[in-house]
Amino acid sequence: MIRLLLLLLAVFALPARAEEVVMGLSKDRVSITADFDGSEILIFGAVKRETEIRTEPPLEVIVTVSGPVTPVTVWRKERRFGIWVNTDAVEIDAAPSFYAVATSAPWPQVISEVEDLRHKVSVNRAIRSVGAPMNIVDSPSFTEALIRLRETRSLYQQRPVTVTFNESTLFDTRISMPANIVEGTYTVRVLLTRGGRVVSQYSSELEVGKVGLERWLYNLSRNQPPLYGLLSLVIAIAAGWGASAAFRALRSG
Amino acid sequence: MQIYLPIAEVSVNVFLLFGLGGLVGVLSGMFGVGGGFLITPLLFFMGIPPAVAVATGANQIVASSVSGVLAHLKRKTVDLRMGTVLLGGGLVGAALGVYVFNLLKQVGQVDLLVRLCYVVFLGIIGSLMFVESLRALRRSKKGGPPKRRHHGWVHGLPLKMRFRTSGLYISAIPPVMVGLSVGVLSAIMGVGGGFIMVPAMIYLLGMPTKVVVGTSLFQIIFVTAFTTMLHAVTNYTVDILLALVLLIGGVIGAQFGTAFGTRLKAEQLRILLASLVLLVCGKLALDLFLTPADLYELGVQ
Repeated sequence: MIRLLLLLLAVFALPARAEEVVMGLSKDRVSITADFDGSEILIFGAVKRETEIRTEPPLEVIVTVSGPVTPVTVWRKERRFGIWVNTDAVEIDAAPSFYAVATSAPWPQVISEVEDLRHKVSVNRAIRSVGAPMNIVDSPSFTEALIRLRETRSLYQQRPVTVTFNESTLFDTRISMPANIVEGTYTVRVLLTRGGRVVSQYSSELEVGKVGLERWLYNLSRNQPPLYGLLSLVIAIAAGWGASAAFRALRSG
Repeated sequence: MQIYLPIAEVSVNVFLLFGLGGLVGVLSGMFGVGGGFLITPLLFFMGIPPAVAVATGANQIVASSVSGVLAHLKRKTVDLRMGTVLLGGGLVGAALGVYVFNLLKQVGQVDLLVRLCYVVFLGIIGSLMFVESLRALRRSKKGGPPKRRHHGWVHGLPLKMRFRTSGLYISAIPPVMVGLSVGVLSAIMGVGGGFIMVPAMIYLLGMPTKVVVGTSLFQIIFVTAFTTMLHAVTNYTVDILLALVLLIGGVIGAQFGTAFGTRLKAEQLRILLASLVLLVCGKLALDLFLTPADLYELGVQ
């Protein structure tokens, strides 16, 4: 609540253009601990303006959260000699590892095709696929498959009409991140649109990272692989020996 | 209760993992198999990335095998001499297998090859064992004396060694060859190779079933430890936390398994193992032949 008040203060203190959007996050860091089971972040903000509120066409809000962008290979299976084999592959140049998009109204009302293309707002636009191999004619179906597969694991989320927008001024929404998200810097964007055109935008960063034991083990496995390997063997042998000794003691005692 | 695995980067249920480790531990103690052929596909099913499942499975098998071997050592059912000879072949084979694996990786389709390997080997070994032990069981029920093992070509080879615990006096060449081929297969399939080793020892080398289990476990410890190190150093795919939960279940299970194993007759033990091998084989074969739910899949990074 204090954060929200501070934000409102900031809204009135700053000099403004016609309509500008500002945003805050309930936390700027998601910590992956040993009992991490996903996380929910609250994204909230306000529109600051010096003029009267124009209601026609209505003002809308889009919130996107995007994870680190990496290349992905999508394989397609085909039946060869009775068994299913990976035959075709398309390398998608850049796809966010996590992508959620929430809007304050149904999709066609909030943004036009042209503006979507320019600002890369929808999931399809956020994925960049340049060239598929010559022998593959239906490369869009590979991009569709990527979206479908990641949607089933909640890594891609399309959430129309989940942003609450009050009096064309205050907005908030909640985005839940599943437990299988990857580490890195996430980008949170808010776009303010009117009649399908983007009038203002604001972006902020969210760090997702392992902490404590998780961090230590991960770093050890990358920086000192032989030591890490030996450690895992020592644990394994000690556990095996320990169980054997414990059972012997149980039986004789 | 969920636990986040730092290397696999997924969150899974602790009790499910614990149970899985326990189940595999019981099998390990009973049959002298590492259980890799069972644990690796089950981990895939739980959503653990294949590379992590294979590497961590190897680490877990080290623990359950140590636990099992200690129980067998106590009972003097480990032929250390035979185990060492097998191991010599096994390590050379494992290095060779890793080389072949990397060659195939460059061609692509390594995933398919691993699956085909599983189906073919599990299928052949499972059905051979099943038929043979069924026959043996019927024979022993009739009460006739067990047939004396006939001396085949194996006994005509040079470099003879005496394996006292197994009661054998045979050439060292067949055990080295068995170790070598199991080593190659285990590196490609990412398993300890017990399910191949056990029948090979019984049928090819003519070792008594009681000794086979302990000796196989002894050999598996070293092969899987070697594999674990290899994966940790080259692919960074060993997940200590995942291994820890699995192996706590595993070592406890192995102790129970060893106790069960001594109460069953050798033929019954073999029939059970054969049915299990055939079950896993059938499941993997179905995945290859049935139309998948989604024709597309995301490549492993």
